[in-house]
This record gives sequence, structure tokens and C-alpha cells, in this order.
Amino acid sequence: MPTARFEPSTIKNKIKREEVSRKQKKAKGQTKLQKRLAQAKDEADDPALKKKRQVQNVPRTLDNTREFDPSILTADPSSSTQPAASSSQPTASTSVPDVPQDESAADISSDPFSSYFTTENDPMLPQKVLVTTSKKATRVTYEFCEEVVSIFPGAELIRRKKGKGYEMGRIAGWAADRQYTHLMVVNEDMKKPNAITIVYLPNGPTAYFKLTSIELSKRISQTPHNPELVLNGFVTRLGHTVGRLFQTLFPPMPEFQGRQVVTLHNQRDFLFFRRHRYAFRSTEKVALQEIGPRFTLKLRSLRKGLPAVKNLAERPQDLEFDTFEETPDKVGQDGEHAEDGEEEEQPQKPKKTLPPKEDQYDWQWKPELETTRRTFFL
Amino acid sequence: MQSDDVIWSVINSQFCSYKVKTVTQNFCRNEYNVTGFCNRQSCPLANSRYATVREHEGVLYLYVKTIERAHTPAHMWEKIKLSNNYNKALEQIDKELIHWPNFSIHKCKQRVTKITQYLMEMRKARLRQDPKLIGVKKKLERREAVRERKALSAAKLERSIQAELLERLKSKAYGDAPLNVNEDVWQAVLDMEKGKGKEKADGLTMEDDETEEEDEDELEEEMEDEEGWGDREFVSDISGDEDGLSDLEDAASIGEDDSEEDDSDEDSEEEQPKKKASLGKRKAPAKPPRKKPEKKAKRGGSGARVEVEYEHEMETAPLTKAMVRDW
Repeated sequence: MPTARFEPSTIKNKIKREEVSRKQKKAKGQTKLQKRLAQAKDEADDPALKKKRQVQNVPRTLDNTREFDPSILTADPSSSTQPAASSSQPTASTSVPDVPQDESAADISSDPFSSYFTTENDPMLPQKVLVTTSKKATRVTYEFCEEVVSIFPGAELIRRKKGKGYEMGRIAGWAADRQYTHLMVVNEDMKKPNAITIVYLPNGPTAYFKLTSIELSKRISQTPHNPELVLNGFVTRLGHTVGRLFQTLFPPMPEFQGRQVVTLHNQRDFLFFRRHRYAFRSTEKVALQEIGPRFTLKLRSLRKGLPAVKNLAERPQDLEFDTFEETPDKVGQDGEHAEDGEEEEQPQKPKKTLPPKEDQYDWQWKPELETTRRTFFL
Repeated sequence: MQSDDVIWSVINSQFCSYKVKTVTQNFCRNEYNVTGFCNRQSCPLANSRYATVREHEGVLYLYVKTIERAHTPAHMWEKIKLSNNYNKALEQIDKELIHWPNFSIHKCKQRVTKITQYLMEMRKARLRQDPKLIGVKKKLERREAVRERKALSAAKLERSIQAELLERLKSKAYGDAPLNVNEDVWQAVLDMEKGKGKEKADGLTMEDDETEEEDEDELEEEMEDEEGWGDREFVSDISGDEDGLSDLEDAASIGEDDSEEDDSDEDSEEEQPKKKASLGKRKAPAKPPRKKPEKKAKRGGSGARVEVEYEHEMETAPLTKAMVRDW
């Protein structure tokens, strides 16, 4: 039975079959090309057509088919206030999302980073960042650390001490006592830097990132100006926390004459770090020159406080026998004095930031969290 | 019938599944082997008289072979618990292996020493907070590397940075006399702004009428609510800019659409210096379009932008306030 369409595969002779097939293919390509050319001509005449096509013809990507996450902060006014709806309908529909909006704004403004945004310090003043490595770091890691130090205006590289008692939590506590605002620990594995821990001092949070695709800068001269910061694509509550953490690493006020911009672009939970020098060529054109370094981060966990120091070898407190005879006398005679004494003692002690005994995770990445490829957390 | 010499001749010259051959010497993998070497003396199979020491969950046991039970291998080894005390354990071995060859006694004692030492080390290591070792998951890493590569190509980094910088320039985030802009370019921006301003003014006069009508129709409280909400949002400079762009590109389409946004925009500008809100300063992030398909339609309709991009962007915080003060 002959099919509706002629199939060259039914031809028995190989040479003939190939010839016919080639011709058919060519004809198909030609018709397609003609169609496209015609479309291009139409659109050149009428730009509205092209616009319409582009609006209708949006390719589906992982980004725009992302799974809905209730923690996404809908702060885009252009999307949530619909002009047509608000003018014709009562605003009940738009007022519903308002409440969580306010709540989340209040939530964000009261997070651990809020002090950075509210203090009246000199906005040009750089943040004090302590950069260090994991134990037994090698040359590659130190080179990377030097690059990191060059990025952050107030950063300082201090070599990690060997031996017991130099756990990350303890170091964080000491740094906090010395008025550092951040601790950054570059972890090394197989002689390559593979992770970064950023601790916001003095009270956390602690973020742990996987570190990949490092490329060091190519000896392009960099100026010591405070760079601008571009944080792209942080949408959810967790994303905002991470974004604000990076914001606090830089002085609040950039020095624009340096024309440097540091970018942290979040795409599908990968944070791409780049540093450029820019020049405005015209109102529509910017020239970018990469200064480097470039690397990619991926959030693995977010802890509440400083990194925990589990002091397992610590002796449990000795049992004390309650002496029933003495205590009532003391309280009766100089109870008030004792209370006063305690109050006086407390301020005398030098304030020390102690790491917690147990880790409290706000968020931790697990393979089973990624149910689909469209699930993103930042 | 147990015959040590026959067994050993087979093991030595032919095959033993416990034997590990290396260049210098042969080792034995049998867990009852007291030394770990493959030789006549320390072979647990080819000796009818054999003793060893093993550890199970932190407790030491002396294992003594009773060759009379060779026909039931499960019961062939006699297990004697050794004391926790090292000296006592050695004495116990002396007592149990009385009249045994010196080799057995000596090797058993050596083994007791070694096991005691590693148990102590294990206990100490437990108390220390050592970094936790995690296995490398090759498959996961490969998958993430691929995803990273794809995300990087989807990010279009340079383009998004350029767009962001231009937006800052046009929204005057760099102040009135920016140090990072060429004079010609800045003049061009200002010219654009002027043209935009005229159109905007025209649009506003038209819109004001309409908004008044709407106010009459609707409840005023709700309007206030909405404006109050809008205030917070428009501290970020993107929104104003977007309005401006749309105005510039097609003034015709400005109708009722932009009226409220413009109103709230003005309000927010007055409030800007007071606010220090950190959220507001960063660009308001957009929602995923799956939840809000209307957004797509609206953007296209107003013609604000030709490209329909769902970029979620944020900004460095304290541009506006500090800028106002410094410049």
C-alpha cells in the first residue's frame, strides 16, 4: 500500500536512494530558508511583528520553569501591582500578598546583618576580614588567598597555626574579640582549594560554600578603590541572606572613580564571582575588562552561630555537696552584698566570644533535596 | 586427619587463598594469623598447636587452637577473655600458654601490646575534634560540573553586568556628577533624561484626571494601602527607571497603566533620604513566571522592553542616601 508521503527508504537501489534522499533534504532546507527570509522581510517592514513573535516565543528554560518556592520574596512591584487590575477591581487581590511582603521586609531588616546597614560609621571604611586556610595548606591555596585578599578592601591573610586548640570556632571567637567583622577560611583538599567558609562575626551566621573553577587574575593592575557590587538573582529568603552576607564584606560606599565592579551572579544556585573594570562608551554600551580572579561558589550549608567547637575531652563538672548549714546564714547576712558583687564582677571580665558546643543548621544541602533539576534554593 | 606437613607443603608450593604474594615476601590474610607473615611457624592452618590474640569491640581475647576439634571448625578455637590491665593480660598469657613454644608466647604478647596501643590511640582520637573526612562522590561532582557549565552559559554574565551598570547610570545612582563616566556620555544621558521628563510631564497631566476618577469610584483606604506598599518598593531605583524607559519608548501606551506607579514613585522619592531600608535599596527581585504568567503579558503589552528577561537583580545598598549627601 503506498503511503501518503513518498519515502526514499523504499527504494531498493542504494545509489538512487541516497540521491533522492539528498535532494529531498536539500529541498526541505530551502523551503525553511525561504520561510525565514520572508519572515525577516516582514519583520523589517513592521517591527511590531517581531516584538509579538518574541513575546509569544519564549523558550522554556530551567530558570523560567523553576519550581515554586514559598520563600521567594515577591518584591517586584511591576509584577505584583497590576495596573489594570488595581484600577478596575477592588484591591483585595493585591492586598493579599502585601502582608507577607511587610513581614519579610521586617524579617530581613532584623536579621544578623542589619547592624551593617544601620550603623553611622564612615561608609568608606573597609570591613576587617580575616582570611586563613585550612591546616597544612599548600602554595596553590595561598596564592588563591592572596587573590581573595586583593578583592576585599579590608582583608588580611593570616597563616593558620598548626596543632590542637586552633579549631575554626575558636579562631572565630578570637577574631571577633579583635574587632574583625568576617572570618574566611579556604579549605584545601588534594592540594586544591575546594571550599570556603565565611563567618560573620561576632554572632554568625556561618556559610559554607563549595568552591570550583578557580581562575586567578592575569596580572592586570588593580586599584585599591572600593569596588561596586552587583548581586544578581538572589530571590528567596535564603538567597537574600547569602546576598547580604556578601554585601557586608565590602564597605558600604563604593569609590566610583575606580570603575571597578564585583559581581556575584546567582544562576541555578551557582554563584559566579567576577571582577571587572568598566567604561561607559555610550548610553547603550559599556566596555568591560576582567580583572579577575573568577570562581564559582555553591552553598552547602548555613549555620546559625559560629562554627561549633566540640570539647569532648573536657572534664564534666565535679559534683558539689550542698552544705545546708552555711547558705541560709550567708543569704541572711550579706545577701545584698553578694548580689552587688556579682554585678560588679561581670563587667570587669574581658568580654570573650565563645563558640557554641553544637552546630545549629539553618539550611543544609542534601542530594535528596534536589527532587528535580528545577528546584533552586537561592 | 590433621597433617601439618602435608598442609604446609600444599600452602607453600601450590595454593593458599589467604596468601598475598609480594616481591620481597609473602603475607597472610587469615585473621587468626599472629604475625601476618606467610611462613611455616605462623601459619594458622598448618600448625595443630596455635595461639593468637584478637580484639573484638575493644576487648582482647586469647584464641587457642584445639586440634582435636578440627572436624568442627566452628568449635576449633577456644576463646579466653584477657584482662583490661596490660600487665595482667601478659601474665594471663603466660599462664594459659605454659609449656608452649617460645615463639607463640612471644608473638601473642607482642600482639597484645600492639592492640592495646591502637585502642588507646582510637580512644584519644575520639575525643579530639578532627576534621571529618567525607568521601568523594564522583558521580555527583560530575553532575554538578555539568550543571555549573550550563548555568554559566545561561547566565550571560557580561551582558547582565553591562545591563546592570547602564541601569545604574541612567537611574542616576552614581550621583549628579559621576566620576566614572565620560563627559560626553553623561551629557547624552542627561539629554535623554530631559526628553523623557517632557513626555513624563505630559503623561502625568493626562493620568491625573483618570486617577481622580478612579479614586471616586474606589475605596480610598485601599488606595492608601497600596501606595504605602508601593513606597517601600520604589526606594530601589530600578522601578523609576523602568517607568522612564517605557515613557520614552512609546508615550502612546502610557495610559492608566503607569498612573499609579508614577504617583507612588514621587512619594517614594520624597521619602528616600529618610529611609535606610536595606532591602529596598537592592533591586526588587522578580518572581518566577510560572506563578505569575500575567507579568509576561503585561511587560510585552506596555512595550517597556523588547527583551523579556526574567532577571532577578539586586544592588549595592547604600547608593542613594550617601549619594545625595556627597554630591
